[in-house]
Amino acid sequence: MPRDAAVLPAAAAPRPGLALPREAGWWLLLLPAFLLMTALYVAPILQVLAISFTEPTPGLGNYERLFTAAGVQRVIGTTLRICAVTTVVALVLGYALAYVIALASPRARRWWLLGVLLPLWISVLVRAFAWVTLLRRQGLVNEGLLAAGLIEEPLKLVWNEFGIVVGMVHYMVPYAVLPMLAAMREIDPRLLAAARGLGASRLTVFGRVFLPLSMPGLVAAGVLVFIVSLGFYITPAILGGGKTLMAAEWIKLQILDLVRWGMGAMLASVLVVTILATLAIFARVVDLRRLFGGGH
Amino acid sequence: MTAVARPGALVAGAESAGHALELRGLSKRYGGFTAVDAVSLRVERGQFLTLLGPSGSGKTTILMMIAGFVAPGEGAVLLDGRDITALPPERRDFGMVFQGYALFPHMTVAENVAFPLRVRRLGRAAREEKVRAALDLVQLSGFADRRPSQLSGGQQQRVALARALVFDPDLLLLDEPLSALDRKLRAELQEELKALHRRIGRTFVSVTHDQEEALSLSDQVAILNHGRLVQLGPPEALYERPRTRFVAGFLGHSNFLRGTVREVAAAGSVVQAGGTRLLQRDEPGPPGATVLLSLRPEKIALLAEGEGAENAVAGSIAAWAYLGAGYSLSVATCDLGVLHVALPAWRAPIAPREGLPVRLGWSAEAAVPVLEDADAA
Ligand SMILES: Nc1ncnc2c1ncn2[C@@H]1O[C@H](COP(=O)(O)OP(=O)(O)OP(=O)(O)O)[C@@H](O)[C@H]1O
Ligand SMILES: [Mg+2]
Repeated sequence: MPRDAAVLPAAAAPRPGLALPREAGWWLLLLPAFLLMTALYVAPILQVLAISFTEPTPGLGNYERLFTAAGVQRVIGTTLRICAVTTVVALVLGYALAYVIALASPRARRWWLLGVLLPLWISVLVRAFAWVTLLRRQGLVNEGLLAAGLIEEPLKLVWNEFGIVVGMVHYMVPYAVLPMLAAMREIDPRLLAAARGLGASRLTVFGRVFLPLSMPGLVAAGVLVFIVSLGFYITPAILGGGKTLMAAEWIKLQILDLVRWGMGAMLASVLVVTILATLAIFARVVDLRRLFGGGH
Repeated sequence: MTAVARPGALVAGAESAGHALELRGLSKRYGGFTAVDAVSLRVERGQFLTLLGPSGSGKTTILMMIAGFVAPGEGAVLLDGRDITALPPERRDFGMVFQGYALFPHMTVAENVAFPLRVRRLGRAAREEKVRAALDLVQLSGFADRRPSQLSGGQQQRVALARALVFDPDLLLLDEPLSALDRKLRAELQEELKALHRRIGRTFVSVTHDQEEALSLSDQVAILNHGRLVQLGPPEALYERPRTRFVAGFLGHSNFLRGTVREVAAAGSVVQAGGTRLLQRDEPGPPGATVLLSLRPEKIALLAEGEGAENAVAGSIAAWAYLGAGYSLSVATCDLGVLHVALPAWRAPIAPREGLPVRLGWSAEAAVPVLEDADAA
């Protein structure tokens, strides 16, 4: 460290003839990618932000509607509710799966992982329609339940919030499993043995040792699933049957069908800000990890 | 470092605290591989037993069977005569210090130590009192609110010890408790551990592959090799009278002399090794038998000009090293091959030099007959 400090003034002094310090070369290499990102990603978002303040008339009119228009509030409420339920269910299922995978033998673990990751390679469209076929009135689930005599008439399993949640959970479970599995794999198995040796039952070992130590993974998975869920478009569109509107579909409706650019851009901006805010909070929470695993 | 902390609740009732442990024909197979082979031994109340053996000899496996983490293939574990083989680990009430300590990283030192009490649903006041006493016992009173990651290796080891002792366990199990520490700290903690054992009078079973640790800490040492119990006894007995070649070579260093028993008399026996007649006080075997003698390097003396000894051979120094406290010499003899000699520096009559002719001598009690390992099996 002191050596670097001593060298620094000399290196910082501009040498005549050589305009750029050596590192500049690397930044130049990154420049095209940076410009591309700005042009294709940041610029449109800024433009959306601008539109939300200028269309149809300049001012905060669009944002005012957040507090006054029941329609917008209902969409936001529905979105938050569905995303929250999806997150909780995906976390519970994902946690159980990750737990089994983490404790499985290496051979079994490979198969489990393959099983978890396989759905990721199937188009979201295909999966949504597959759920429709399974859950509709004459679908496999209803037919099965009817045949078994468990229900009198078909349940409404699709084209409502339930259907959306099923589709979204199915999509999100792998995303929930991976961060949690990573956290669980980091837990020293000797800690679990030690806890039992000290008199804890299996349940207590889980509650007092395993769960707290896997918490960073749980939090990470929760944030990831929630954020990705907020932007869901195809799955709610197909499994909601147009009756349950979530944010993404509502934005599309405003812009493409009603040509109310300002309103669409406003909700899009709100979505982006929500996601960034969640990430900012998350960045603080991950510090827990340092606290927990600092010893190794 | 060795100063004794004020006696806490843990020390009270120490006399009644020890429990006797017995292993009966304990075996464990992994596939076709026998990790532990019919091990039987007994640890009396309040004793310190160390399982000592080279890597892979089955020490950890035996300890895990005692703790209940590994189910024995055959045999039984008995505590005070009661069969506990089928009892799950959390019902055995054994304190355990794991290799690497296994402290819970998400808990403070105090929470770690309180853990066994918490799972036993002890009241808050009693819990705090016991945690304080346990931390006092290992001299870590000022560290209660730290996390394990903020402690040194030696401090972590003592937290692990406090956590294992805080609930007055029937038995304390230690898996390589000191192996992660540097040499000096290890020596310090060895003394502390020994003092602690004396003070609380509990039964300790420890595992190590460090022979010095085993000799200095234990009342009884069990030497293991290839999953088998080779010899069990107090450290002095094992060192002075090893039963097999393996024990003699594993505990300390040893020269091995092979010879044939020529005569057996009241004054001693004569063993013919090459052209040398060795005098042995004990009776290594019937006349005509081939025997193996173990001779410790420190029991060989360098004889001065004209000095006699019950056994004497001539040779020359083939190699030597100065070790601070003494010299280590390799002396080439014509009949007995190369003999290793450990010579205290203050008693070395000569300055060693390669090629220097010397005479070695040892008493008739110095060498002990040992069995070849194949014969002992
Ligand atoms: N779960 C297991 N599956 C297969 N073999 C095992 C298993 N556990 C231990 N073994 C084998 O049993 C033998 C004894 O292992 P153990 O861990 O008891 O040795 P150790 O004496 O503690 O050695 P070390 O000093 O290296 O810790 C080793 O050869 C090991 O490979
Ligand atoms: Mg071991």
